[in-house]
Amino acid sequence: MKVSIYVSPKKGVLDPAGQAALGALRSLGFGEVADVQIGKYIILSLEDGESGQAEARVQEMCERLLANPIIEDYRIEMG
Amino acid sequence: MRFGVVVFPGSNCEMDCFHVIDKVLMEEVEYVWHQQTDVSGYDCLVLPGGFSYGDYLRCGAIARFSPVMEAVAEYAREGGLVIGICNGFQILLEAGLLPGAMLRNTSLSFICRHVNVRVENADTPWTNAVRQGRVLRIPIAHGEGNYTADAETLAALGERNQIVLRYCDEGGETTADSNPNGSVENIAGICSEGFNVFGLMPHPERASEEILGSTDGLLIWESVMAHYQARG
Repeated sequence: MKVSIYVSPKKGVLDPAGQAALGALRSLGFGEVADVQIGKYIILSLEDGESGQAEARVQEMCERLLANPIIEDYRIEMG
Repeated sequence: MRFGVVVFPGSNCEMDCFHVIDKVLMEEVEYVWHQQTDVSGYDCLVLPGGFSYGDYLRCGAIARFSPVMEAVAEYAREGGLVIGICNGFQILLEAGLLPGAMLRNTSLSFICRHVNVRVENADTPWTNAVRQGRVLRIPIAHGEGNYTADAETLAALGERNQIVLRYCDEGGETTADSNPNGSVENIAGICSEGFNVFGLMPHPERASEEILGSTDGLLIWESVMAHYQARG
């Protein structure tokens, strides 16, 4: 099973890379861009198992390693 | 005094730390490989700078799960002295041995230069040889040294005097211009509640000999030795 994980900076936490990209987009004339957030996209391939259990396991992976809950949020898409 | 310098794959300041302890302080020192699980017998553990595990994912995020880190955490819980320098500080944050997290420098640049830091608390094992308010000139070298923590954590750090070093100008003023990386409240180094765990972005080992342009870093090493000797 394929799992997609989107890790993004928490709201309110400074995102220097996002701010730099925002500045660059605006200087290119894309004034309509209000904000940019730069995060990470992680793809996991899991061995087949019980899908209910898999989601809980992936959540644990995010909490323990893949995201830092102090500064990052994450979203999981199963399958 | 017997120091252990923990080496992760990707550490690159371990030889500098070893050199200062061995040749300048003239104390006993050994490397501690990241797969070692016994750190008893050391009087102080050093987590050196570098790019542990390539700093993939986040700085220090993978190193914190090295076998040695469980032993380091246990050592710290028992009151053992642990200093994390630069990447070592990032590892301590990721491991939860110190509160907060690191963001990329606001300038997005990797910064390698001498900075000034003010000693905010001279009553710790790491700063007792320094007068409170004294400005130390010590180099930094990092791309992610922008310390952050939520308001509650910052208030607690302040109340318990856990903020040990702040970036400042030559006169000791903590201005926005003297903050090299955007760290909240100009924070450059913090201690654990028990003061036995210390994390800092500046590299004291690179400012411990005249030839390197500053010996201010030596005061940190001398403090921990004085603390150890006073404890008996």
